[in-house]
Amino acid sequence: MSNIPSELRFAETHEWAELLEDGAVRVGVSDHAQEQLGDLVFVELPEQGETITRGEACAVVESVKAASDIYAPITGEVVSVNEALNDSPETVNNDPYGDGWLFTVKPGDDNEIDELMDADAYGEHIEE
Amino acid sequence: MSQKTTLYDEHVEAGARMVEFAGWQLPIRYGSLVEEHHAVRRRAGMFDVSHMTVVDIEGAGAREGLRRLLANDVDKIRERGQAIYGCMLDESGGIIDDLITYRLEDDFYRMVVNAATRAGDLEWIARQLADFDARVTERDDLAMIAVQGPQAIDHVVELLGAPDVASLKPFRSLVHGDFFVARTGYTGEDGCEIILPDGMAPETWRKLVERGVVPCGLGARDSLRLEAGLNLYGQDMDRETTPLESNLAWTVAFEPVDRDFIGRQALEKQKSEGVSRKLVGLVLGAGGIPRQGARVVTDAGDGVVTSGGFSPTLERPVAMARIPQAAGDEAIVELRGRELPAQAVKLPFVRNGKPREGLPS
Repeated sequence: MSNIPSELRFAETHEWAELLEDGAVRVGVSDHAQEQLGDLVFVELPEQGETITRGEACAVVESVKAASDIYAPITGEVVSVNEALNDSPETVNNDPYGDGWLFTVKPGDDNEIDELMDADAYGEHIEE
Repeated sequence: MSQKTTLYDEHVEAGARMVEFAGWQLPIRYGSLVEEHHAVRRRAGMFDVSHMTVVDIEGAGAREGLRRLLANDVDKIRERGQAIYGCMLDESGGIIDDLITYRLEDDFYRMVVNAATRAGDLEWIARQLADFDARVTERDDLAMIAVQGPQAIDHVVELLGAPDVASLKPFRSLVHGDFFVARTGYTGEDGCEIILPDGMAPETWRKLVERGVVPCGLGARDSLRLEAGLNLYGQDMDRETTPLESNLAWTVAFEPVDRDFIGRQALEKQKSEGVSRKLVGLVLGAGGIPRQGARVVTDAGDGVVTSGGFSPTLERPVAMARIPQAAGDEAIVELRGRELPAQAVKLPFVRNGKPREGLPS
């Protein structure tokens, strides 16, 4: 059974988004997604300062077998990326909601995060 | 509808992630692919390879038929139980399949061919052997379990109570009751492949699990064979490539010169005109993982990645690529619009569980 923290929002493509106190939004992949992907061995993150657009591919995570796109859950400017993943991409598997976060975004629209699914809706989404 | 091997229930009960492969439902991984990979390199793992097609060739004309059918020469295997690896070619030298052939008796051979090419193989074999006194029988009553890793042989010896297995040399096989055991595999490690009646496979599998042999899926099978530099049919070679362009020249027996195997003329022509492409290993640094189809740029022209992935043993990206024969060791792999430096190396990447000596750092 997948872990789905109730305080997070989720995209249909299995990214999570968390509103931080400073108004930035932290983004990662769900526990369900990391389980589906398998052992991650490489993560390609967006550039700091880059503008990413909701629904568009902005990062790549790779397992031994395959590469998978990560889609921006909201539109905004990348303010930081999790550099530690360059050396230890497996952190995404081990701690997808904590140290395995991917990047943070300064939202173009503060309300956009509310359009993502809440934990209950995401739980139903992955049951389908 | 895809088929299920006789071990399907074992996989599902173990929580395996199942995928369709060559018309069969097979496990891609049970838990962590990387842990399955390391289990084979360091201890012992096992694979359900019951989807592979076992074909028995029997009759007074079997030997001569196979000397025509295969690019390698079954006369090189003299001992009962000895095996040989090689390709089945079409008239233009293209590879129809790669396979292992076992000499069970002087007039009785067993071939193990790929599941993905089963139908075409069987048709081709029947057609080519039609003029020989040889009966072709597909053995779909048999399952196959590959037990691989430095401790694999010990487990099989103890499980079967068959000390003879320990003294089997590579590419030799023996029959132990209902079990056919061959010292062969597709991982680059020591180990064996057991061919056994369908009905005995689940109990054998469970006993191996109880002994601590780690069930491994197709994912680890692929990463292990890639590290070992072993070609995968359909990716690293196919009808459009010959053994001479596929790092398999050593499997073509041009001697004796009077053996007229299918594809011989085409290969001799290619050899005399010069082979324009070669299959090599590539090692890369950080920055991305090359995948099948990625373009490879060399000083002698472009090539293509045929298999790529992350090597758990080397902890870096590796690939097999077909590049121009004249290319030097420096190459560039194009990946998502970026250029990743790569170095061409001789295969394999990994030998006896360790990175091969001399690989670039």
